[in-house]
Amino acid sequence: MPAVSKGDGMRGLAVFISDIRNCKSKEAEIKRINKELANIRSKFKGDKALDGYSKKKYVCKLLFIFLLGHDIDFGHMEAVNLLSSNRYTEKQIGYLFISVLVNSNSELIRLINNAIKNDLASRNPTFMGLALHCIANVGSREMAEAFAGEIPKILVAGDTMDSVKQSAALCLLRLYRTSPDLVPMGDWTSRVVHLLNDQHLGVVTAATSLITTLAQKNPEEFKTSVSLAVSRLSRIVTSASTDLQDYTYYFVPAPWLSVKLLRLLQCYPPPEDPAVRGRLTECLETILNKAQEPPKSKKVQHSNAKNAVLFEAISLIIHHDSEPNLLVRACNQLGQFLQHRETNLRYLALESMCTLASSEFSHEAVKTHIETVINALKTERDVSVRQRAVDLLYAMCDRSNAQQIVAEMLSYLETADYSIREEIVLKVAILAEKYAVDYTWYVDTILNLIRIAGDYVSEEVWYRVIQIVINRDDVQGYAAKTVFEALQAPACHENLVKVGGYILGEFGNLIAGDPRSSPLIQFNLLHSKFHLCSVPTRALLLSTYIKFVNLFPEVKATIQDVLRSDSQLKNADVELQQRAVEYLRLSTVASTDILATVLEEMPPFPERESSILAKLKKKKGPSTVTDLEETKRERSIDVNGGPEPVPASTSAASTPSPSADLLGLGAVPPAPTGPPPSSGGGLLVDVFSDSASAVAPLAPGSEDNFARFVCKNNGVLFENQLLQIGLKSEFRQNLGRMFIFYGNKTSTQFLNFTPTLICADDLQTNLNLQTKPVDPTVDGGAQVQQVVNIECISDFTEAPVLNIQFRYGGTFQNVSVKLPITLNKFFQPTEMASQDFFQRWKQLSNPQQEVQNIFKAKHPMDTEITKAKIIGFGSALLEEVDPNPANFVGAGIIHTKTTQIGCLLRLEPNLQAQMYRLTLRTSKDTVSQRLCELLSEQF
Amino acid sequence: MQFMLLFSRQGKLRLQKWYVPLSDKEKKKITRELVQTVLARKPKMCSFLEWRDLKIVYKRYASLYFCCAIEDQDNELITLEIIHRYVELLDKYFGSVCELDIIFNFEKAYFILDEFLLGGEVQETSKKNVLKAIEQADLLQEKTETMYHSKSFIGYKKAY
Repeated sequence: MPAVSKGDGMRGLAVFISDIRNCKSKEAEIKRINKELANIRSKFKGDKALDGYSKKKYVCKLLFIFLLGHDIDFGHMEAVNLLSSNRYTEKQIGYLFISVLVNSNSELIRLINNAIKNDLASRNPTFMGLALHCIANVGSREMAEAFAGEIPKILVAGDTMDSVKQSAALCLLRLYRTSPDLVPMGDWTSRVVHLLNDQHLGVVTAATSLITTLAQKNPEEFKTSVSLAVSRLSRIVTSASTDLQDYTYYFVPAPWLSVKLLRLLQCYPPPEDPAVRGRLTECLETILNKAQEPPKSKKVQHSNAKNAVLFEAISLIIHHDSEPNLLVRACNQLGQFLQHRETNLRYLALESMCTLASSEFSHEAVKTHIETVINALKTERDVSVRQRAVDLLYAMCDRSNAQQIVAEMLSYLETADYSIREEIVLKVAILAEKYAVDYTWYVDTILNLIRIAGDYVSEEVWYRVIQIVINRDDVQGYAAKTVFEALQAPACHENLVKVGGYILGEFGNLIAGDPRSSPLIQFNLLHSKFHLCSVPTRALLLSTYIKFVNLFPEVKATIQDVLRSDSQLKNADVELQQRAVEYLRLSTVASTDILATVLEEMPPFPERESSILAKLKKKKGPSTVTDLEETKRERSIDVNGGPEPVPASTSAASTPSPSADLLGLGAVPPAPTGPPPSSGGGLLVDVFSDSASAVAPLAPGSEDNFARFVCKNNGVLFENQLLQIGLKSEFRQNLGRMFIFYGNKTSTQFLNFTPTLICADDLQTNLNLQTKPVDPTVDGGAQVQQVVNIECISDFTEAPVLNIQFRYGGTFQNVSVKLPITLNKFFQPTEMASQDFFQRWKQLSNPQQEVQNIFKAKHPMDTEITKAKIIGFGSALLEEVDPNPANFVGAGIIHTKTTQIGCLLRLEPNLQAQMYRLTLRTSKDTVSQRLCELLSEQF
Repeated sequence: MQFMLLFSRQGKLRLQKWYVPLSDKEKKKITRELVQTVLARKPKMCSFLEWRDLKIVYKRYASLYFCCAIEDQDNELITLEIIHRYVELLDKYFGSVCELDIIFNFEKAYFILDEFLLGGEVQETSKKNVLKAIEQADLLQEKTETMYHSKSFIGYKKAY
């Protein structure tokens, strides 16, 4: 059956196309094309002038060849010639060629612009239409320069035909997108807004797109469009399905225009005028109501058009985020779609609910659909739908459902498509961190991630788990135990070896008491993985080994043997070789003291925005993640370890120099290559710190924070919305030095910034503090440091108070915190044998010399942690002294300028009763009393 | 809308329309990637997918895929109906349009598209108005016959 080709058939073109289609091979096609190109070239170059029809035909053939994917380097001139033809179809082909093939050939652009200018001036609406289409299709800057002034005039002129107005509006839109600077706002803008009232719905449709784009950049200028758009929308949604004639699409009145109007309204907040606002609410309610009506047609086009308007209306409701009633209705509507038989609707419902989840009005309503969403994750056959389900679970996650959601994501991860695994890993890692109440759960989750999807666990994820473990002493023992167990698996992922190596290097001592994880066993376990690992991991393990030399003198010889072996010392990799040489030397020449200083436990990491979150943002584009996060952060301000805004200058020390970046840890400061920086070590944020309001005298939470510093020297002392105070201190004999870091968390300067140290009268005689004033201005995001030199004259009980006053914005801020300078800081440990201990114990038998306290355990009764705390307290931990191995005994000397005080302590845990009995005996009653108070708070 | 591509089940590009400035090289790369991605999808899958930072909306009509790339804020369902309205326009113009109509009359397919969409936005949704504009031009021209056979896109022939 012959089909009829309408319009002007170009027989030659049809034959050529048939020829190409009949080509049996790519080579034959290329041959045929080359033949045709040669023919056209000779025709164009020939002496005989071509008539318009031939020119059109050849230009059209060139276009076809180009669209097949071949390059075309001639014919442009002939196409430009066609533009000035008086025959519509010749002109049309000329413009088409230019639209598809134009390049920034300036010669040509001038000629093209000339032809366009003539057509625009022709007053012939069809020619004007072609010219405008060409500008809209090419949209180059040169065209904007030539026509951006002219087109608005055409657009608003009273005598312009409707179809030309439509083209002019969208043509201007295109030019505005390419070169906004060349489209001047002016008188025409108010007249363009009134096109929303035009009788011709096609004109309104085109104009709405233009107005929306202009309003996004110039909201003030186009503010009046809101009420016009609302009334237009209202007329459409209330019209009967036949009123709009050809603009009704499958019984839906003007769906494209409705969507565009709803989109325009999303450039603005809810209307202020109550009448307009009421009318808009009515419109939105009508749209929601219509969704519940029986369909007017079974055609998918009907339901698609209707739902397109519905989804856009929901977007507007979410954008306004101000009508709880509408938000909840929207959520219920989407809830219905979650189980719709149309995959497309399920997909869109999941997508749209993601944004609803971030509104405080509808967050709870979204959460009720959790089971359906989890089910979607398990049963949807289309990966793009499952992806949406993952996004929604992430968006609806909060503390109440985090454990369930993380568990579901983890189990989905086992079978997830490769294309979305990395993203799921990031999301799980973020949720686990953000909503961890119990950090053992966090550690378990991350190790599970590595087990299930080790290849997709990016560096950011495993850096992060290490940062968190280092910053929280309550989880360190558990982390060490867990990684040790995980490493037992015969085949474990290299990322696990990295995490395991790092954590055991820092905290292996916490589990070394158990004979099943003795130092040698730990070392052998790690070293058994060594040869299977890549160079960066091996480098990390070497650092772990040298840390072991410090932690466990008993394995020193074994480790030295390993370092000394040819495979290390003569390793082809220069990094490994260097580490082996340096670590071996360090272990040989350094005294225990020096080694202990060099390889001291990592200081807490400066808190910054979670690098994982940053990565997810990068992956998903800022718009999708940020908004959600911002709102969520505000809602769950109490979240521990949630990503916090970062002071811009987290100080140079945390940025490793190229040579220092040996661990391959990127932003993580390297420990084993040198002593930890003693100053400017960055903000030492502890993720547990309570956010307290800045009110003098003592900020709430100050006592708790104070107690946390009794057994440690570094960390965050205080933090609120504005200010963060970090500490780092060191003590030797009766002297000490404390670095106080004041971080301005805001982007605004602090003025008159004055920290003052206050010692009560009797404290002043016992404790001598010296410091210099700091700079009175602290820039936004900056950090200043203050050094306090400390001398202990005689034993003391009270603590000095640090008062900080400054101006932030217009308000005066006044914060006071107790500074954790405590008597035990001046402890020097004393090792002694069992016999000596009991002899001295008996000598201190005067009733005033002994102080005893029996108290309930406040933390889990973990032997290793207890040991670590006694050592952190400053005394020596004496093993095999007490006949009962469950008990702990310690000894040390408190140094003051005037005297030295010998101290003995004994801690007897009662696991059954969850109680402790602590006994202190010292040569001075006040010292016994104070040390007992301080230490009792720690368990 | 950033661009629209029409391609066959064999992956042959039949029409391409770009509403954002891109180099030829970039266009080819996008086309190749996208054709591959869409052809790999199974029939019952959803019509939308995320691709780079864009949303892809596609639908298959007989042997031809219509594929649009829209931005994050754009409405997927209405884009699906943009595709359908374009198919209807082609169908009405050619009379039971098939892939061959678009191959042999590619220039017409472009002209119709320009009347319907301009600069990536819907210019005129009325079928009557769009076709009126196209037919005005055709009135001047003689009618020629070409020979080819093929199956129409839309099952219901001349339903309107």
